[in-house]
Amino acid sequence: MASTPASQPGAKTNRIGLTTIEYKGGRTTLCAGCGHNAISERIIDAMFEMGVKPERVAKLSGIGCSSKSPAYFMSRSHSFNAVHGRMPSIATGALLANHNLLAIGVSGDGDTASIGIGQFMHLMRRNLPMIYIIEDNGVYGLTKGQFSATADLGSKLKTGVINDLPPIDTCALAIQLGATLVGRSFSGDKKQLLSMLKAAIAHNGTVMLDVISPCVTFNDHEGSTKSYKFTKDHDEPLHDITFVPSFEEIDVEYQPGELIDVTMHDGSRLKLHKLEEDFDPTDKVRALTRLAEAHEKGEVLTGVFYINTKAPNFVELLNMPDEPLATLPESLTRPPKSALDECMEALR
Amino acid sequence: MATSDVAVQEVGSQVGRRRVINDFSLQVATVNGSGSQSANTVLLRTIFQMGVPVSGKNLFPSNIAGLPTWYTIRANKEGYIARKKEIDFLVAMNPETAREDTLSLAAGAAVLYDEPLNLKSLRNDVTFYSVPFDKLVVPVCPEPKLRKLVKNMVYTGVVAHLLGLDMGEMETAIRRQFGRKQKAADLNVNAAKAGYDYAVSSLEKSDPFWIEAMDQNKGKIIIDGNSAAALGSMFAGVTVVAWYPITPSSSLAEALIDYMRKYRMGPNGKPTFAIVQAEDELAAIGMVLGAGWAGARAMTSTAGPGISLMTEFTGLGYYVEVPAVIWDIQRVGPSTGLPTRTSQGDILSTAFLSHGDTRHLLLFPASPEECFSMAGDAFELAEQFQTPVFVMSDLDLGMNNWMSQPFEYPSKPIHRGRVLSKQDLDRLGGFARYKDVDGDGIGYRTLPGTDHPAGAWFARGSGHNENAQYSERPDDYTHNMDRLLHKFETARKFVPPPEVTGSGAQVGILAYGTSHWAVKESRDQLRKEYKIETDYLRVKAFPFTQEVHKFIAGHARVYVVDQNRDGQMRDLLKLDVDPSQAVKLRSVLHYNGLPIDARSITDNIVSQEGK
Repeated sequence: MASTPASQPGAKTNRIGLTTIEYKGGRTTLCAGCGHNAISERIIDAMFEMGVKPERVAKLSGIGCSSKSPAYFMSRSHSFNAVHGRMPSIATGALLANHNLLAIGVSGDGDTASIGIGQFMHLMRRNLPMIYIIEDNGVYGLTKGQFSATADLGSKLKTGVINDLPPIDTCALAIQLGATLVGRSFSGDKKQLLSMLKAAIAHNGTVMLDVISPCVTFNDHEGSTKSYKFTKDHDEPLHDITFVPSFEEIDVEYQPGELIDVTMHDGSRLKLHKLEEDFDPTDKVRALTRLAEAHEKGEVLTGVFYINTKAPNFVELLNMPDEPLATLPESLTRPPKSALDECMEALR
Repeated sequence: MATSDVAVQEVGSQVGRRRVINDFSLQVATVNGSGSQSANTVLLRTIFQMGVPVSGKNLFPSNIAGLPTWYTIRANKEGYIARKKEIDFLVAMNPETAREDTLSLAAGAAVLYDEPLNLKSLRNDVTFYSVPFDKLVVPVCPEPKLRKLVKNMVYTGVVAHLLGLDMGEMETAIRRQFGRKQKAADLNVNAAKAGYDYAVSSLEKSDPFWIEAMDQNKGKIIIDGNSAAALGSMFAGVTVVAWYPITPSSSLAEALIDYMRKYRMGPNGKPTFAIVQAEDELAAIGMVLGAGWAGARAMTSTAGPGISLMTEFTGLGYYVEVPAVIWDIQRVGPSTGLPTRTSQGDILSTAFLSHGDTRHLLLFPASPEECFSMAGDAFELAEQFQTPVFVMSDLDLGMNNWMSQPFEYPSKPIHRGRVLSKQDLDRLGGFARYKDVDGDGIGYRTLPGTDHPAGAWFARGSGHNENAQYSERPDDYTHNMDRLLHKFETARKFVPPPEVTGSGAQVGILAYGTSHWAVKESRDQLRKEYKIETDYLRVKAFPFTQEVHKFIAGHARVYVVDQNRDGQMRDLLKLDVDPSQAVKLRSVLHYNGLPIDARSITDNIVSQEGK
């Protein structure tokens, strides 16, 4: 069994009485300084602060450095490390079986934008209620540094090879296809990432977060557009994000017009303090235009690009019962003998 | 004109004295998409309702409309329902194939043809009946657009008169076919009657083939294997279905959708299931494994190309040990192959589907009844052994109509296998996912969402130890692989045992799936015509049970019947039996895309027996 860390007396507890240690995972085997480790830390913080019961969480991943990371947070949660690029279908099946699970999928840019692009797109289309995180570093780490499909045009590998194909913008794709909370963040921006993860936990639909997560070993050099330095220098946040969970009263004062205030499914509020006056994350077309502009300008645009709290998710579309299908009793899953008799009679 | 067209040929008049009752094959040759399926079903059902054992096999092209299609109905008083090689009575409606179809008949056959085809000059050793279908259809079908479809029902009426079918039964069959569509039913009944009346007044019966009422079909139903599989799955408590359309498996999922919407709506009006049309077969099996991991009874249905696509994922299912049920409605491969023709060509590749050392549980249904019962067996085995289970049906079984005894309601309650609950964990304190606690190779699992701090385990396709922790240690790897093999060995005692008939013969026949019906008939041919006595074992599952080994050991020669080129079942047996026994296995192969027939088996065995 995965080791279950015991809580320490006197440590700070969350609203369900757990300490952060109960959200920890195994020791990371990723490189020191890898952006993915920072993201795991933020996931732990967000789950702790939101008071999510670890047993309710299902962690999912594909293959790659990013996909190893579910082993490094929340050992008390079930986890499924699937095959390369196919985590979305595992997640879909798991949620059909039990939609009470809080599913969090961790993928990478190779796992998502190349081998997994088909399943990724159909996941977005279904608006399956889950959090899908891309730990995006523009390279394949485990196979030692080949370009991925999110690498920017002109970006340079350590070996000097220049990327001459345009990148796939996973956020633009997700917005276009039907994901209902889409944003981009940076593993080095603790505050922004944490707020976005908390909003992700509160959201009722597909959350797609593309998190720039530099690869210190293969893609953190001069000429890379996914390095710590490049990302810091070109980061263009759309807004300051404050997330107020439903169970907290705190409010932030802003001038009218400066703030977009989104009430989420569970009553939580996502407050976006505008840094760009004309940006409205409920406007799908504007979001796509702004992303295209960012590409033209070479900006690393971050923030919540799109949110829709009204669209029905896949579980709602299927009209599924409250009780998970996985544990329905035989009395509900096996029709009575009279039903078989009726079927047989119709075939005589 | 019509009367003069009834060429009572020399041969025809000779055989006219002879009456061949309830023992012939009738083939209808039409154009795909012309609506002939309804007419053919009516013919089949009329004979069925008259109590005569009957089977119908649709030979259709991979096409929506326009290409030739043939439907063969075999009526047989002995109950032989396999395909019969020879066609005795041809209904030629398709200009494209009429000539070749007619020329390929044996002497003494009969041909009923659409007048403009003018076939009677082709040969003088068969009986011809010419019918002006276009003229007959006009008065009964005022709507010109519908005439192409209704024309087909006219031939059922003509055939009814020529073969002595009961018109009352035919009307029942037509009304049943069109259900609540009263107008369509009336239209078609009138069309059949017009054909019948024309035949009475204008055709002189001069072939020997007759249907006479029997009493063989009391209580029986007619159903295709895919619908039977759907029913079986529904009564087995399936909750999650993910599928991708592919011939010949699509009708399984579609039948399931229809049945589930009718019989599986919960008390609050919400479905007690989820059925998803996935984006491809990779996603379909991924959803099934995700659902199985999270505790659902999950299944998919597909065919060869889909099975190929599921390769990596089913290896994951085997290694992570997640239950799943996969129906393979086999068609002719490799590659696209002949997508609308039948085969047993996926046996070997599916048994070991994956990279690395992998063995899967396979079931081999031979009838709609077994499609129904094995749907239940598959779920029970998948959850008991925590592994993917493949049900190896085929196009012939899945898509054709078969007579069947009504299905029996499951007698045992649903068993979900070794799943630990919160209460179990409270008692045990924890568990090791892949530990062989009971000595049978099967571990204990928990479901995601189990409300216990020690309830979680990490499902991973990478190397793992008993605790499901990542491990690259050589001893952890071999220990786990050995346990998986031990689990597979345990399954030998739990899979459905074979059906063994006969005793004491030197020659054994071993077959599986739809070959059964042809083997049954072939054994009678071998006995009656060649004095060759045979024993027969029908395999129902892989891994092979003890009875299979005993059967091979107990016979001098065992003919293994395979509907594939390479003798895949024979090869699978060779891997399992002692080399001294393997030499006894001889192949009888059939792989032209058509359902196997008894005569081919008989001729093959006779030749190998040196007779």
